[in-house]
Amino acid sequence: MSAATETGKPMLPAALPGQLGYLALAAVTVAAALVLPFDDYIMHILVQTATYAIAVFGLSVVLGLCGQINLAQAAFFGFGAYAVGLGAGDWHLSFWLSLALGAAITLVMGALLGMSTLRLGGHYLAMVTISFQQIVTLIMINWVSVTHGPDGVGNIPRPDLFASAHGFLAFCVAALAFVGFLVWRLPETKLGRSMRAVRDNELAASVAGIDVYRTKVAAFALCALLGGIGGGLFAGGFSYVSPDQFSFAESIVFLTMALLGGVASPIGALIGTGLLIVLPETLRFLKSVPGLYLAIYGLAVILIIRFMPDGIWGFFQARLRRWFPARPYATAARDLVLAPAKGESEAVLEVEGLSKHFGGLKAVDGVSLSVRRGGVHALIGPNGSGKTTTLNVLSGIYTPTAGKIALDGLDITLYPPHARTAAGLGRTFQNIRLFRSMTALENVVIGAEHPGNAVTDAASLVDRARSALAFVGLEPRALNEVTSFSYGHQRLIEIARALAGNPTLLLLDEPAAGLNSTEKVELRDLLRRIAAKGLTILIIDHDMTLVSDVAEHITVLNFGRRIADGVAAEVLRDPDVIAAYLGSEPDVPHRA
Amino acid sequence: MDLALQLLFTGIGIGAVYALVALGFVLIFRATNVVNFAQGEFSMVAAFMMVVFAVDLDWPYWLSFIVSLIGMAILGAVFNLGVYYPLRNRSFLPVIIATIGASIFLANTVLALYGPQPQVLQGWFDTPGIQLGPVYLDSQYLLIIAVTIVLVVFQYWFFEHTLIGKKLQATSQDKEMASLLGIPVSMMIMLTFVYSALLGGIAGILVAPILFVSIQMGATIALKAFAATIIGGFGDVAGAIIGGLALGVIETFGAAYVSVPYKDGFAFLVLVAFLVFRPQGIFGERVAEKA
Repeated sequence: MSAATETGKPMLPAALPGQLGYLALAAVTVAAALVLPFDDYIMHILVQTATYAIAVFGLSVVLGLCGQINLAQAAFFGFGAYAVGLGAGDWHLSFWLSLALGAAITLVMGALLGMSTLRLGGHYLAMVTISFQQIVTLIMINWVSVTHGPDGVGNIPRPDLFASAHGFLAFCVAALAFVGFLVWRLPETKLGRSMRAVRDNELAASVAGIDVYRTKVAAFALCALLGGIGGGLFAGGFSYVSPDQFSFAESIVFLTMALLGGVASPIGALIGTGLLIVLPETLRFLKSVPGLYLAIYGLAVILIIRFMPDGIWGFFQARLRRWFPARPYATAARDLVLAPAKGESEAVLEVEGLSKHFGGLKAVDGVSLSVRRGGVHALIGPNGSGKTTTLNVLSGIYTPTAGKIALDGLDITLYPPHARTAAGLGRTFQNIRLFRSMTALENVVIGAEHPGNAVTDAASLVDRARSALAFVGLEPRALNEVTSFSYGHQRLIEIARALAGNPTLLLLDEPAAGLNSTEKVELRDLLRRIAAKGLTILIIDHDMTLVSDVAEHITVLNFGRRIADGVAAEVLRDPDVIAAYLGSEPDVPHRA
Repeated sequence: MDLALQLLFTGIGIGAVYALVALGFVLIFRATNVVNFAQGEFSMVAAFMMVVFAVDLDWPYWLSFIVSLIGMAILGAVFNLGVYYPLRNRSFLPVIIATIGASIFLANTVLALYGPQPQVLQGWFDTPGIQLGPVYLDSQYLLIIAVTIVLVVFQYWFFEHTLIGKKLQATSQDKEMASLLGIPVSMMIMLTFVYSALLGGIAGILVAPILFVSIQMGATIALKAFAATIIGGFGDVAGAIIGGLALGVIETFGAAYVSVPYKDGFAFLVLVAFLVFRPQGIFGERVAEKA
């Protein structure tokens, strides 16, 4: 999916007027639901819209915010509905208890389903959710002794407090407003930011300190929960539920609603839901031919994805943003404070016998490396010598085949990437990995926000991010989309993102690649300024001028092995190193 | 024991159908890195075409078969142009959503045109089958197994020993490099879609006399075929075939010894078991994203 909801706006200043306005609007709508004299038909449509919209909000979270697909939302909706139907109807539990049980069950089901699949790619999730949907439908139809099979469950009571049609509608609208508020504010929370980061770039999210898997599971479970709540209210509203209301086709209807309105925002979800409930009602002739109406939905999905990927609301929002661009900050950013942890040991990074084999290929083979605290250490070597693999093993993207990695005295060999970030590792990528739907500031805020970094509240996160951007010279454009920056500037934003996290050790993967000569000089000065603040840097680069200008210490790899290590000037004179670069045959170490 | 042998035969026959559809999945996945969620609908559409030509119009079976396959080739091409091609430069999520949309569109268009009543299609042969010792070999199942073997051998020869097969392989491995070498990449992807539609179509036509020809058959077959690809190892051709056969056998035994109404649920259970314990499948290797 492309552009997200909140991009282009300052991310965090308290949107108090907006929230009060929302509260007022919600109160007016609830009051209207209570007093306006709707006939039964309109009441039905309104209850359906409100309860469906809650389920579609779930898709805004999982698909819009987190970029994960869920094709079983109708199954979760059905779980909630059957929980209320069977609980309050058959078993004479209270409505509230049944609703809560249904919500709890969907939350657990969602979490379990997500946990089994979300480590894998999106295709798996799509197919697994379809399978799950079909299993749920099978059970609803075949487990007759409990579910009444195809006959469905009838005579579902409402709670005493909201027994009247108007009362129940008002309650549904209030629930919708409440859930809508939470979903609207979600992108401004840590969890919401993590979800957006995961959607944009999982790898970058993990090295920015986000637990990608947990974030995805949370998004998926939240989506299921909202489906369950919507379904429970639906059962109360219609007092009758049957398996065909919760089939795979309905999951597709939910998906179409989310896509049509705009998957990235609850406003879009509401627009989509309302339209797809009202439109088919007005086009009743379509329903006379079975299938026609879903065929149109299928076609609509293809057309929306192709021509209006941000949905109706996304389309308007892009226009609005163009007319009201965000204003830059009036106050100056503070100086960036880097306070790398000061441990006991002399070496900030201690690597022993590190190996990474891909099948028979020994990309990294028994490399030992010690990076001293303070200053710049360079890791160089010809193409294919294992530099980037080493960096990927260091930052936890690959698990090492053998060896030990200690950061500031702490053994991080088996840590996943986000835990290494928490332990004090920061890195950038050779091929830039920014969160492309976000502004520069939002990118850097995500870098600042991770366990192990002291900054937590919204205002200080923005402060921190602004000072990191100011440090690389891009603060005046903090509120611009990252995609509007030049290649060289995008690299600087990546460095700022790593710096904002206040790392103990900064890993830079070919930061000079693709830069022109002026930009390279700027980069050299930036690296010197970072080192002057006491932060240790481990840099990989091919640019020997840059390396010899900034590095005090150099380690050289060739064919996955360390061939030299020591003070920069000496290493660069080493005959083995010269041979490795210039290719004097007899000196090339034997490849195991 | 006799029952077990009989079930094994039936399971392999059904599994062969899953394997054919799974092959279609794998080919498109390898060429485009996208899973085509409408793959099962190719089978459904082809089965309905057979019903129209062979039953409604009463054409000869072989003629109906050929015309249906021509129809499938056209459908594969149109599918590529209408669904995949416009989105080829977007991330995988929009593309899979579009293929899901296409799947819903195809299934329900057929429903609108033909109604919800399941249709019956006769098998290819008039002879119902032969008795071999304790096992009764149904002719349609024998046909399915034979055709699957022929197609797998053909595909191996085609991809490994013809120039166009090599070009297809090059395209699936590295599109940019392939186009720099003068391989018409768009054309190769078009071919892949056409071929996958044909595979799905053949599977649908072969299985139609065993199942009823219904709107739901596409979704059911696609789900099984997808489970088969995961069991075998995603993207692996041999894995798709083994996975399909294994799934057919498991499902047939499950239906006979455990429960008939939940027959379609076994695929899901096997799928989840693999996802949790061996997500790379039987033949697959774990691959990490390159940083």
